[in-house]
Amino acid sequence: MHLQLQYFLLLAAALFCIGIYGLITSRNAVRVLMSIELMLNAVNINLIAFSNYLDPQEIKGQVFAVFVLTVAAAEAAVGLAIVLSIYRNRETVDMEQFNLLKW
Amino acid sequence: MNLAEGVQIVSFGILAVMMLGAALGVVLFANIVYSAFLLGGVFISIAGLYLLLNADFVATAQVLIYVGAVNILILFAIMLVNKREDFKPLRNRWIRQGSTALVCAGLFTLLSTMVLVSPWALAPAAVPGQNTVVELGLHFFSDFLLPFELASVLLLMAMVGAIILARREFIPEEILPDLNQPTSLTLQERPRELLTVGSGGKGDTTTQPIDTNA
Repeated sequence: MHLQLQYFLLLAAALFCIGIYGLITSRNAVRVLMSIELMLNAVNINLIAFSNYLDPQEIKGQVFAVFVLTVAAAEAAVGLAIVLSIYRNRETVDMEQFNLLKW
Repeated sequence: MNLAEGVQIVSFGILAVMMLGAALGVVLFANIVYSAFLLGGVFISIAGLYLLLNADFVATAQVLIYVGAVNILILFAIMLVNKREDFKPLRNRWIRQGSTALVCAGLFTLLSTMVLVSPWALAPAAVPGQNTVVELGLHFFSDFLLPFELASVLLLMAMVGAIILARREFIPEEILPDLNQPTSLTLQERPRELLTVGSGGKGDTTTQPIDTNA
């Protein structure tokens, strides 16, 4: 018995589902951003697991993981700036009150 | 990784339990500061999983970028928007949470059956002791050169956009044109409304906006 690809994929699927649950149910805007980070990390685990088990010679999955890391860093910076800007306008971080675009 | 099988299994189990527990804590804790610190725990556990998967450079980058930058950024954002407010209770909130949990459980079931059923084209054997940094560098500067450069442009755009979005907006009526003064190189912003100590705890949402014409 040794470590198999399926273990990592199941773990990443569980992390992704926890991220989706947090994304939909949480009411604090910062926690929504944290849930997005969890989902991006789940995708990264998948990429690196595939890179290790299916393509161990030229590790292209790790290259993709580094790109996802870059995009996640940019997303965190811009997302937190948007949260700060909304907080200045609406004086709250409750997601239920960000209904400016709701008809 | 040149570890024995048992060591790998045990460390995978510990890291998986740590990661899932911390992720559940991130989502379910009421206090968001605890959530932010547990998010750091999730990131560190994921870095350990990357080490188990022979990805040492990505594990290092994970610790540097996620724990060092993103998590600290999230803590600063919590500090800047830290108004303790009690969210208004919604009607039928449990229906929303229950249906979301149901959908997530269904999605997990679907994904796990797909993972367990589908035949994976596994490579014959992983070669341990490979230098992943050299390999990654070769990829970045040969066949992934264009995405690499685009990533740098993306980071520059994100930096400029974050500064523009998070800046307090500048009101041009407030400056007096004084040509004798040497021009200062500071970024001109709206002056920040000073908070009195303890005013954040009341949760009053009816604060007056700043009267700019007065």
